[in-house]
Amino acid sequence: MLKPLLARLKQGHRTITYPDGEPPAMPDRFRGRPVIDASKCVEGCRACIEACPTEALTAERLPQVDLGKCLFCADCSEACPQHAITHLQDYRLSTRTREDLFVGAQDELRLARALDAKLKRLFGRSLRLRQVSAGGCNACEADVNVLSTIGWDIGRFGIQMVASPRHADGILVTGCVSENMRLALEKTYEAVPAPKLVIVVGACAISGGPYAGHSQQHNGVEGLLPIDLYIPGCPPHPLTILDGLLRLLGRIEVDSVRIQSK
Amino acid sequence: MTSSAFAKTWNGEALALIDVPRRPIDQFRVALIDAVKARCRVSSLFVRRPTESGKPELVAVLTDDSDGSVLIGIGALEGERYASLTPSCPQVHLFEREIAEQTGVAPEGHPWLKPVRFPDKADQRNARIGEMDFFKVDGDEVHEVAVGPVHAGVIEPGHFRFQCHGEEVFHLEISLGYQHRGVEDALVDGPHNRTIHVMETLAGDTTVGHAWAYSQNVEALSRVHVSAHAQVVRAIALELERLANHTGDLGALAGDVGFLPTQSFCGRIRGDLLNMTALLCGNRFGRSLVVPGGVRFMLEPERATELKKRLETAERDLQIAVNLLWESATVQGRFEQTGMVSRTACVDLGLVGPAARACGVEVDIRSTHPTGVYQFTNIPLATAHHGDVNSRAYVRWLEIQRSIVFIRERLNSLPASDSLSSRRELAADSIAASLIEGWRGEICHVAITGSNGKFSSYKVTDPSFHNWTGLSMALRNQPISDFPLCNKSFNLSYCGFDL
Repeated sequence: MLKPLLARLKQGHRTITYPDGEPPAMPDRFRGRPVIDASKCVEGCRACIEACPTEALTAERLPQVDLGKCLFCADCSEACPQHAITHLQDYRLSTRTREDLFVGAQDELRLARALDAKLKRLFGRSLRLRQVSAGGCNACEADVNVLSTIGWDIGRFGIQMVASPRHADGILVTGCVSENMRLALEKTYEAVPAPKLVIVVGACAISGGPYAGHSQQHNGVEGLLPIDLYIPGCPPHPLTILDGLLRLLGRIEVDSVRIQSK
Repeated sequence: MTSSAFAKTWNGEALALIDVPRRPIDQFRVALIDAVKARCRVSSLFVRRPTESGKPELVAVLTDDSDGSVLIGIGALEGERYASLTPSCPQVHLFEREIAEQTGVAPEGHPWLKPVRFPDKADQRNARIGEMDFFKVDGDEVHEVAVGPVHAGVIEPGHFRFQCHGEEVFHLEISLGYQHRGVEDALVDGPHNRTIHVMETLAGDTTVGHAWAYSQNVEALSRVHVSAHAQVVRAIALELERLANHTGDLGALAGDVGFLPTQSFCGRIRGDLLNMTALLCGNRFGRSLVVPGGVRFMLEPERATELKKRLETAERDLQIAVNLLWESATVQGRFEQTGMVSRTACVDLGLVGPAARACGVEVDIRSTHPTGVYQFTNIPLATAHHGDVNSRAYVRWLEIQRSIVFIRERLNSLPASDSLSSRRELAADSIAASLIEGWRGEICHVAITGSNGKFSSYKVTDPSFHNWTGLSMALRNQPISDFPLCNKSFNLSYCGFDL
């Protein structure tokens, strides 16, 4: 009886203070939002585009990254002979629309706006989510799970993962939506009472990720269900997920971040 | 007999296909059954086609734990059927179901060739997921409980069908395939841009394990040497992966018996361990770290010092958090004699990893078939002997402690950093088998190249493939309310199984 209490004393209080305090520091090698310094690009060079495993990089005239496809791997930056691509430490990536995830060299990233007044009144202080893994690799699932541990404690914001879709205000989907999970995903969505939200977490759920194009899956949730929040990453850092959820609920209010090179 | 039907090789070595013995299926069948009876385990078994002869071939990779060798043999099939190995060698039961589903070759005499993953193909022989017969028990007061695919928690999907008598489970049948996303199909004709990323996400919590198993195959087939520094970084990352997952499992086990202190502490410490992997490579799961030729990120002395500091803190926190489990009578009362798997069942079914070591079976690739830095340093193999939840928990705790010692020693004698070895073409018409002891157990990758030096087939076996049946056995005669606890004590991968 005394030992657990003593252990509790030794382990201390560990919940992060963010968003009131500073967010936890990202590791120095953390690959957040990729930025391209187009002034360094050499005419006709396609090294990054060819290296990208998921065709997240495209170039009409200037290169553009689709954060919804990006695996945040180091393949492009390693392939670039000009060192024009770098990954910022910036963990803020979530958007409300698919289009906002396409970012060019000089664009602003339009971060997720809050829900409209009616939905915010409903969900702003109490959001129950049913998580559905539909072809996920268990990394997105793990870092969603982390948010319920004492370190992150999303219960502070009234957010809770629930077992039954009937108790939920929305679903949080991970995975490329395997054909074998499609029906279960649709049924789970139907079982949630309206109004309801759909949040997609990770490159797979947004675009199919490394499985895009396989006949056994559906390239993510797009086209199957209406999506309210996109959280990119492979997997997104827990802070990226938390940031997205808090923006959706109107707890963080900066609208966009300027894209700039280091 | 054995020597003639199998080529003897070592973990992570490539062979020319022509040097692998090809025996008529009847001879091959007897040789395989004899080898398994004598001392071998079946690490991989699959049908390869198309082949040079035009006829399908049965490829077997056996591991001999007594001398650390890997045996590779080919059974030449005459048609689309052969006499099933399962009645004489139960550990291949699932491999043969997989063969029937993937290739249409029928192992005749197999007790029940049920679908494994329900691959979505136009092919009519494949059943639709969720539409199949289950093993049924009839009688008064016998009832059936169906759970999943969507479970009550942030967890992957699978379907569980319990045959119960009151609270008691007579039989549990596990039907998976919901996460099937075409991994093995995508690997054919590789390696290409995406291959390493498919490996890394094949089972996201085993990123380092699968990326290493794959890289080791590519290195064997292209005869690329990996620097000592890279080998050490890989081993540190693999052990950090083990630490994070074992810690998470101990916390979850505590949670499943309602013991909140350890659950809360371990949940947080697991995060600290994942952050240590992120210190190595920027990603908490080790993405982009292990690549063919070495590692992408070097471990400089200052980083090693920081890692050592964090490891020390984690070790101290873990000691406090985990020892509460063994000192709490209520926890022990729930863990002990729950979900027992006998040693015989474990050996017969070919279980691997902590689940097998908890039954006293000494299997651990790091000890029996070491590669890389494990060849030079021995991690003592951890076993327990009751095959229950408590044993599976305790083996994890022993492994946590030994991995910490191992990482600390490696950090204290870090070889100078070295660049990534440059890539080379893969040898044509060759085969390589790579084994890595992931945190769940033995990971086996088998690569076969065609005449163009590209993969003509690539077979992945996640430890979960061997172990799901172990969970079924653990549930026999248990109260159904103990399912979550038993399930967590195995903590198997759905996506690693479904591929």
